[in-house]
Order: sequence, then C-alpha cells, then structure tokens
Amino acid sequence: MISLAGRDILHSWGKFVFTGFGLGLLIGVTLVMAGVYRGMVDDGKALLDNSGADLWVVQKDTLGPYAESSSLNDDLYRTILAMPGVARTANVTYLTMQVKKGEQDVRSMVVGIVPGEAWGAPGWPPYLVAGRQITRGHYEAVADIATGFKLGDYIRIRRNQYTVVGLTRRMVSSSGDPMVFIPLKDAQEAQFLKDNDAIWQSRRRTEANPAFNRPGVPGLLDAVIASQATNSYVNAVLVRLRAGAAPDEVAESIRRWKRLTVYTRSQMEGILIGKLIATSAKQIGMFLAILAIVSAAIVAFIIYTLTMDKIREIAVLKLIGTRNRTIAAMIMQQALALGVIGFAVGKITATFAAPLFPKYVLLMPQDSIAGFFAVLVICALASVIAIRMALKVDPAEAIGG
Amino acid sequence: MAEKGIHIEGLSKRYGEGDTAVLALKNVNMHVAPGEVVGLIGPSGSGKSTLLKSLGAVIDPTAGRMTLGDEVIYDEGWKVPDLRALRRDKIGFVFQAPYLIPFLDVTDNVALLPMLAGVPNAEARQRALDLLTALDVQHRAKAMPSQLSGGEQQRVAIARGLVNRPPVILADEPTAPLDSERAMAVIRILNDMAKKYETAIIVVTHDEKIIPTFKRIYHIRDGVTHEEAGEGRGFQ
Repeated sequence: MISLAGRDILHSWGKFVFTGFGLGLLIGVTLVMAGVYRGMVDDGKALLDNSGADLWVVQKDTLGPYAESSSLNDDLYRTILAMPGVARTANVTYLTMQVKKGEQDVRSMVVGIVPGEAWGAPGWPPYLVAGRQITRGHYEAVADIATGFKLGDYIRIRRNQYTVVGLTRRMVSSSGDPMVFIPLKDAQEAQFLKDNDAIWQSRRRTEANPAFNRPGVPGLLDAVIASQATNSYVNAVLVRLRAGAAPDEVAESIRRWKRLTVYTRSQMEGILIGKLIATSAKQIGMFLAILAIVSAAIVAFIIYTLTMDKIREIAVLKLIGTRNRTIAAMIMQQALALGVIGFAVGKITATFAAPLFPKYVLLMPQDSIAGFFAVLVICALASVIAIRMALKVDPAEAIGG
Repeated sequence: MAEKGIHIEGLSKRYGEGDTAVLALKNVNMHVAPGEVVGLIGPSGSGKSTLLKSLGAVIDPTAGRMTLGDEVIYDEGWKVPDLRALRRDKIGFVFQAPYLIPFLDVTDNVALLPMLAGVPNAEARQRALDLLTALDVQHRAKAMPSQLSGGEQQRVAIARGLVNRPPVILADEPTAPLDSERAMAVIRILNDMAKKYETAIIVVTHDEKIIPTFKRIYHIRDGVTHEEAGEGRGFQ
C-alpha cells in the first residue's frame, strides 16, 4: 500500500515546508526557553564549583550569601580555620552592581577576595584566560570576559578605579551576571562607601548626638566617626576541607561551636536551584506550557485546513472503499511530518540562536529528545480534530445531487 | 434463480419521519444485465441521485430488495454487513467531475483500489497500466491529474472504476463537462468496457447528445421509474 500522507506531502511540499518553518521557529523558541532554564541551573552550579568551597559559613539563620544578605565579622575565618577537618578558609564579599566601563554601565557581581594567597584559594577564580591573579591589596581587578573588559582596562567602582590585570571565563552569579574580582578591603569599602555629602551629613549628625560628643570623654567622637567609615564585615567565609573530612560533620561542628549557619555543597545547590531560581523556573514553565498550547493550536489549525481542502478527495476515498483508519493514518502522519519538519527547523534555529542570547543558554540533548517526543504527541493530539471531521465526511458527498 | 447483473425490486427510500417525511423513491424496479449500458434520466429532484446512492450502497433504502449477481445486498431492511468492502470490490464509480486524487499520479490513482483490497503494489500497478492501455492513456501513466486534459481525466476515472473488475459501474453525469466529441468517446469507451469486462453500467445523464446512444433508458420522475427502449444508435 502506498503512503497517501507521503504522496500528499510530496505533492504540496511547499505548503508543508513553509508551515513547518513557522512551526519550527516556535519550537526553536521553546527549546531556547528550556535552554535558558538549564543555563540558570548551570550558572548556579558553576558559581558553586568555581568558588572552590566545600562549606559556606554565613550569618546565623540566613540563606546567604547568594540568596539572602549575610554579614559576618571578618576575623571569624581564623577561628573556623582552627576547627577539625578545615584546610583553608577565606573571607568573601558579593555585591551585585553596575560597574563603569568608560561611559557604559556593565551589570556584574563584584566579588571581594583576599589577594596574595597561594593559587587556588577559595573564592578565587579557578583559572584565567589571560593576565594574572590579583597580587596587590588595592585597585586591581580580574574580570570575566563576558563583562567585555580587556587587560589594562580601567573599571570604575564607586569612587575608585581598578586596573584589569586578569581575565577569567564562566564566572557568573546565579542570575548570570559576570563577576569582577577585586581585593577584599576594597570590596568591603565599596559595600558601604558613600559620597562626600553623605559622609559630611553623617558626621554632622554624629557630632550633634550628645551620646557620642561628651565633653568629659575626649576622643569618643573621633572613635565613633572612624568606626562608621570602616567596614569589618564580610558576606561569607568559604571553607575548604581536608582530604577525607566529612562535610556534614565539619558543618555540624561549626554550627554547634560557632553558632553560625553552615551550608554544604548539596544544601547550597538546593538553595540556588530550589529557592533562588524557582520563580524563574516557574515562569519559564508557564511560557513552555503556553508555547506548547500555541504550537498545538497552530498544528491543529493547519492540519484542519489541509484536511478541509481535501474533503472531496476524502469523500471519494471513502466511497471507493478506503478504511477509516487509512484516512485517519493519512491525516495523523501529515501532522507528525509537520512536527518532524518543525522540530528540525526549531533545533537548528535554537542551536544557532543560543549563543546570541545575553544569558547563558544550555541546550541539552535530553531536552531535545524530550522536546521531539513532546512535539510528536502534540501533533498527534492536534490532528484529532481534523481526523474527527474527516471521519464524519459522508461518502455520498462524492456523488452529486 | 438469481439474475446476473444488478437487479432491484420494489426499492423505496423515505427521508424524514411523520409529516415531514419525503418519499424520494417509490417502489423502483430495475435490471441491468452484464455487458449492458443503460441510461437513467430525469429532471432535477426526481430522485436520480437517491437511486444512484442506493445502488452504490452509500445510503440504505427504506424497503425493497437489491441483488448484485448472486449476492443479496439489501432485502427489506437487511443489508450486507460490510458495505465499504462491497463498494470497493463490487461497484465502480465514475463521477461528473473525475475527482482523481490530486497527489497521486495517474497509475496510482487507478492502482489505489486494488491496493486497498490488498493486492500487492506491483500487481495493482500492472493491472492499472493494462486498463490505461485499453483506454489509450498509457502515455500519461506517470502524469499528475492536473497535467491531464478533461477527456484524459475522465478516461483515467473510468479506468479507476473498472480496475477491480466490478460487476456494476455507476456513472454520474460522466459526460457533463465534455464537448460532444469527447462525450461520445467516453460513451463509446463505457460500451466497449461493458462488453469486454461483462460489466453492467448505469449512466445518469441530462446530456441530450448521449441519450440516443442507449438501448434501454429508465426515466425517473417523482421517485417513480419507468423503462423504455432507447434508440441505441452508434453502439450496436
């Protein structure tokens, strides 16, 4: 038996190819949306992987440092270092802000790290694609290449200017913002640095406060003002464990003795994926559902129209004894063929378009396979309306009168 | 003993119920022998199409009996269980417009019926080519329907009607879209094929040109038929 669907497609291939192309663009958008979600998850994992930490010590009862703000004294790292199982510790600050690249603003996550450590300290960029790590205590920066900075460029953060001495890759925040690493002290200052007017106003208010400006206590006012101008807090202490140390045990020990909140790698991954990007994931899920419905509607409409165009032929086929299942198979095969054409176009479109998106789009083979079968199911379901209509066609319509 | 060809006795068809009921066919009798071509003529609304649909096993008559060769098709409310297979294997159709399947070439348009009946593709195509040769359109065997002239399309449609060697062919205004010369050619082909394949052919027509070619004619008016001898010119 010949394939009626195949012959019809070959006969009106232009209609199928153009319809498939339009459907393919829609499928391409769907694949990219799935890729955006995968990219967000991968960004989160890359953030954790590249931090080089086994444990994250943060302010008690917070989900810091990525999902919530967290504040710890910057001398805590020493006592944590003394805990059993801990190999290295490092203070770190995170601040998402607009940094200046000439006249342009670049959204980035500014990370404060302790300079001068041995290569591979927690919090440091694990590899560089150009230049060197930060060695000086002030005004040097290592930037992710996604920021667009080049070696020797100047970055303006608050009132200070930093020289780019190194470039790294794939160092992004959980929301995909590229990172800029600067010395810890500079980052601590940048977190609370105010403009001159604000500083002057703050000093004036402090001087006017009789609690701080006591005639009988000389030096108190200066001490208070000095404390207001410095920041001795960090967002987290990153901990690397000794070989063989159990993360859960060390984390429990720090929680118990230091009264801090500690997250292991799996817990931090749960926070990033389960909480931080959960809303975005739901948003993308909604888009995927809408796109699936729109795709189904388009396929249903096209197949319905193509079937309507063949009503007389279907009546003739039924009159000359064609089985209903042969006619149903013809329509369903056409819908599936449309889906296959659409998926091929969509996959190619998504593959070429993904690198052009500002955020990381990760197209995973298993998503494509799942997408392919979803398209086939949608097309099969979408053909049901046309099949029902075709099966209702009266063979008598082929005979006049 | 059953008569060969197609035979109907007391065939009636009623549409609707109660006060709105319309009796489209009233006690129709008809017999067409194998190899015979008869005309069925009547004005619009006379019941031609209803009779053709009943003969074609597309609609069920309300009453009466119909046999096709030895096989009883309808008998006072009883009917053959698989009318679709009956239409495929025992009844050929030729329409006013050829209604060829536009996405199949000429050979496959004709070969489709035997393929649907389970005949292997190669054998079905050979059978189609033999018929196309008999109808002198074998040179267009690979052409698509849209590439054929009106006469060629109608000959292909006749080949499709004949390909399963049905004992009866129902032709619904087969010459309506054709000029006189081509119309006569089609009627000549139908007569030749009827004789060659021992097929009973019923031609529904309004076409004054071809009416004199029938040896027997059934007139139908208000659902009632009466038979008369035709002139039978040209195809003795």
